[in-house]
Amino acid sequence: MSDAAPDPAPDPDVVLTFRDAAVRFGERTLWSGLDLTLRRGEFVAILGPNGSGKTSLLRTVLGQLPLSDGSLSFLGRPARHGDRRIGYIPQQRIADRDTPVRARELVGFGIDGHRFGLPLPNRAKRVRVAAALDAVGAGAWAKRSIGTMSGGEQQRVRIAQALVGRPDLLLCDEPLSSLDLLHQRGVSQLLDRSRKDHDLGLLMITHDINPVLTMVDRVVYVAAGQVRVGTVSEVLTTDVLSDLYQTTVEVLRVQGRIVVAGVPRDEASGHLGADDHHEQAPL
Amino acid sequence: MTHDLLSELFQFNNYGELLVLVRNSIIAGAALGVVGGLIGVLVMSRDLAFAVHGVSELSFAGASAGLLLGIGVVTGALTGSLVAALLIGFLGSRARDRNSAIAVLMPFGLGLGILCLSLYSGRSANKFGLLTGQIVAVDDPRLHSMLVISAIVVVGLLVAWRPLLFTSLDPEVASARGLPRLGLSLYFMVLLGLATAVSVQIVGSLLVLSVLVTPAAAALRVSRSPVLVPVLSVAFAVTAMVGGIMLALGGNIPISPFVTTISFLIYLTCRVIGRFRPAA
Repeated sequence: MSDAAPDPAPDPDVVLTFRDAAVRFGERTLWSGLDLTLRRGEFVAILGPNGSGKTSLLRTVLGQLPLSDGSLSFLGRPARHGDRRIGYIPQQRIADRDTPVRARELVGFGIDGHRFGLPLPNRAKRVRVAAALDAVGAGAWAKRSIGTMSGGEQQRVRIAQALVGRPDLLLCDEPLSSLDLLHQRGVSQLLDRSRKDHDLGLLMITHDINPVLTMVDRVVYVAAGQVRVGTVSEVLTTDVLSDLYQTTVEVLRVQGRIVVAGVPRDEASGHLGADDHHEQAPL
Repeated sequence: MTHDLLSELFQFNNYGELLVLVRNSIIAGAALGVVGGLIGVLVMSRDLAFAVHGVSELSFAGASAGLLLGIGVVTGALTGSLVAALLIGFLGSRARDRNSAIAVLMPFGLGLGILCLSLYSGRSANKFGLLTGQIVAVDDPRLHSMLVISAIVVVGLLVAWRPLLFTSLDPEVASARGLPRLGLSLYFMVLLGLATAVSVQIVGSLLVLSVLVTPAAAALRVSRSPVLVPVLSVAFAVTAMVGGIMLALGGNIPISPFVTTISFLIYLTCRVIGRFRPAA
């Protein structure tokens, strides 16, 4: 492509680049001024209150939502819809008990679910699916229906599905949200290991930074139409978040955990990062 | 008394000769079994059982209108079910919205069909056949049209089997991978419309579910294997169709009670088996 791309010799290590990117819906700016370079093996968490546009950010990478401003390139090219070098783990819907699909078939979709043609049995595919399930510790559930699995088990199968296509970039939308603490740890460690083993860029939305606090390289904080990018200690500070929310927000470190206090009420709805886990308890 | 009832239900004198007469019906029934068994698996995975019923009522309206206007039952049934299928396909994104739309369409289709039938002054013997099924010998041209439509549906399903399952069972990831959700939904609904139009002519619009849904639902009770479920579903549907036609031969009863009963018994059996050996 000999267009006016600002990056004449794309760095092979760079998976994803946002330059001054913005998404607007009519008059309303969801967020703007996003500059981010994600490299192979790098883990970046996307934080921010509900409705701040975190999922929209992932959708721009998936080519499902165009940027209103700025540019976005994936492996040196503009993002396009349906690029299979991207693995995607959507926000978890609790699968109906009777959903007629087993772990093995769900992972199989990651290989050839998009392909038309006679669905003949394929040995090579079977081997790849089994290996992908084994790699996430789900080998024993290959023949179990997805609806009969716990949230943590389902997420492991999802990770296998996303990785079986050998992606260069893995996008996860709240992969930990419906899990208990034990499974949060297991799934985040698994994701952390995958980005190293597969040398892929990992971009993950999370409402709570704490389960991945020691793993992330950088965070993207989206709030009030603006974005801040940097390491945890650069972004999750009283100054930066107060500036972002335009009100005094306090960031506390309690026993190695980060607690954000004072996020405006309407911004904080369902935003567990704002008050740690204990917000789940009434009052 | 009992004997009278039994001989009304089952009468197997000259069975061999009768069998020759209904050769076409049996072929059509077997073809419909293959179509119904296969498409049922996708109907179940797309959660469209109710939509099948909606499509079949509109198909009935179309068939009756076809009879009244003299354009033929087949053309009418096809038109009615394709219109209904496409309408439902466009509404396909939200289940709640879709279900209420179907509930609105269904009685309208049924009413329209009954109106056309009451205005129709021709031979009335097969009037109710469209609702409850019939065993009138399927003539050659009709058999051919049914076989052609069935072949289109089967090939259409097999070619898009993987993407159709993917978008049904894992819609977000399928979209992210570039599969067009609306396009596939409409594609499937067209195939479903064709399958329904064929079924209406044999089992009647009220009982279409017993061929397009029950066999797949039964298969899913005993297995979750992507190979075994379609195979069992087809086997169940063919058994119900062909078995129903052969049992109906003797008496004056339409084939549908036999088809639906066999289908239902298979389902019950599978449920019982599934209780002891869950498919999950």
